[in-house]
Amino acid sequence: MNRLSTYFYKRPFMVTMLLLSVPMLYMLVVYLGSLFALLLNSFYYLEEFTGLVVKQFTLGTYAQLLKPSNLGIFGRTAGMAMAVTITDAVIAFPLAYYIAKFASRRLRTYLYIAVTLPLWSSYLVRVYAWKLILSKEGILSWFVNLFHLNPLLDGLLSLPGIGGSSLSLSPIGMFIAFCYIWLPYMIVPIQTALERVPKSLLEASSDLGAKPSQTFRNVILPLAFPGVVAGSIFTFSLTLGDFIVPQSLGNSRFFIGQAVYSHQGTSGNIPLAAAFTMGPVIIMVIYLLAARRLGAFDAL
Amino acid sequence: MTNPAIRFDQVSRHFGDVKAVDAVDLEIHDGEFFSMLGPSGSGKTTCLRMIAGFDRPTSGSIHLYGQEVSDLPPYERDVNTVFQDYALFPHMTVGENIAYGLMIKRVSKEERMKRVEEMLELVQLAGFASRKPSQLSGGQRQRVALARALVNHPKVLLLDEPLGALDLKLRQQMQVELKSIQKRVGITFIFVTHDQEEALTMSDRMAVFNQGRIEQIGSPSDVYEKPASSFVAGFVGTSNLIGGEVAQRITGSDQKFSIRPEKIHLGSAADVLTESMYKANGTVRDVIYLGLYTRYLVTLDDGGDLVVIEQNLKTTSMDVLKARGQKVVLFWEKDHISRVGG
Repeated sequence: MNRLSTYFYKRPFMVTMLLLSVPMLYMLVVYLGSLFALLLNSFYYLEEFTGLVVKQFTLGTYAQLLKPSNLGIFGRTAGMAMAVTITDAVIAFPLAYYIAKFASRRLRTYLYIAVTLPLWSSYLVRVYAWKLILSKEGILSWFVNLFHLNPLLDGLLSLPGIGGSSLSLSPIGMFIAFCYIWLPYMIVPIQTALERVPKSLLEASSDLGAKPSQTFRNVILPLAFPGVVAGSIFTFSLTLGDFIVPQSLGNSRFFIGQAVYSHQGTSGNIPLAAAFTMGPVIIMVIYLLAARRLGAFDAL
Repeated sequence: MTNPAIRFDQVSRHFGDVKAVDAVDLEIHDGEFFSMLGPSGSGKTTCLRMIAGFDRPTSGSIHLYGQEVSDLPPYERDVNTVFQDYALFPHMTVGENIAYGLMIKRVSKEERMKRVEEMLELVQLAGFASRKPSQLSGGQRQRVALARALVNHPKVLLLDEPLGALDLKLRQQMQVELKSIQKRVGITFIFVTHDQEEALTMSDRMAVFNQGRIEQIGSPSDVYEKPASSFVAGFVGTSNLIGGEVAQRITGSDQKFSIRPEKIHLGSAADVLTESMYKANGTVRDVIYLGLYTRYLVTLDDGGDLVVIEQNLKTTSMDVLKARGQKVVLFWEKDHISRVGG
């Protein structure tokens, strides 16, 4: 035992290797390996007559993505992801700010648990719970009836593009469920970022003549921005890839996740499914590059 | 008679049961360098924060040049603060940090740039405007924090232990510099510190805080030479406190008095004493040679210990160490003692 620790003491490199070997193996083989397999498959194509995958390099599969119906899927999904991200940021910020700067130590612990509590239950359970809440005979309609708000709900549901026969069968319902499900992923990073802003900075701003609104704009928001970006990476990418919520709550119009799911499933069109998957990957890379340009990672 | 820069009338600040500041009366004059000295938790920082507006008094009132400010938020008070941790905005450059107050006041961009340059010159950081605070050393950040506060020409500048994080050399250099900047700009400086030497070096006047109250206000020499209480005598410099029977034998009164170690002469029975002196006999119990001076610990024959400091003008370490165990006579001018209460 003693000799072993002496061996490692003299060779710090071996310690590094020992610590990193398992995660590195996982990263290289399982994670990057499957990403590479995905990339490779997206350059193959499906022979329509035989229904077999032809392992021959082509850009044809990517060309299929450019069909209006498929572009519609990308647009719809990215639009939803953006709407969910912005909404979550707006909802999360005040709450995170309260937790980070005003709540007592005790209350902070309780609030933190309250925020993360939904993550303890199954994601599927929560989605189906929303399906029940939003359905035509659900609890939400009951409240709408109670307060005689039916015209408002009907008006909302008759909006072209985002409406539907009921909340549970419309993009609006999907939007509500997405916002709820990803909200903790937005609150926690913003709260962490705000907690790292020393109180003296806010006092300094106020001391130099800035009203609270000016302090918010000039000091709090820029310093919390990396947290907002970190949170938005979660909400944005999770919405991009999700297929459970659109399947359970939406209408028949596909989202990226559903497209991938159906192409790799019954139709066996692995190349097209792979090409679809590369979509979110590329969108996220662009998103991260843009975030970096905005200086979101300067503080890391 | 003009209004004082700051006036405290019976100001208290309680945090729950803790009386952080307890019925403090205080006047700080226009243009002076005023120090608030005290151990941590003595209420000096809370007083400063109440002047800045970060804290509100539980009772009492604070006036800034005659205007009651107790209920004004910080952004409506004409005072600026140099924070202990500097509190520079990490996402702004040095120039943007300094210009922050001016930007809030909607001063034009050219004017802003001009005044930032002036300030950088004043704090000897010309050419640093485009750097980020993270690229500066502690001493440089300190200067930026000072410039950021001074550029607004506040009526009063508050400094919350601004030199605490600097090393000794830099601290001494900044002490001199701060003092000269204060003279040049003529603004009232209120300086919070727990370092008695710093307060003695820099202040025109100082207040010694203890447990939420002010023990003494006066010039550094007043506070040092004539400490008003045994706390002040002990906190500002080192001091010998003698009371009871021993005091009775030496001075003829049992009231407690303090005498500074450097005021005591170390002699022998052969020395001739004048009427103006007190004397006491004792034995040297310990000698600590400190290069510049030597510290002797003398046990008096009547009981009690006195610390005596003598400069090593002619003596060497060999000479002073021989004094251990010797019988000595201590004597000092009657004027140099300070009667203290409590």
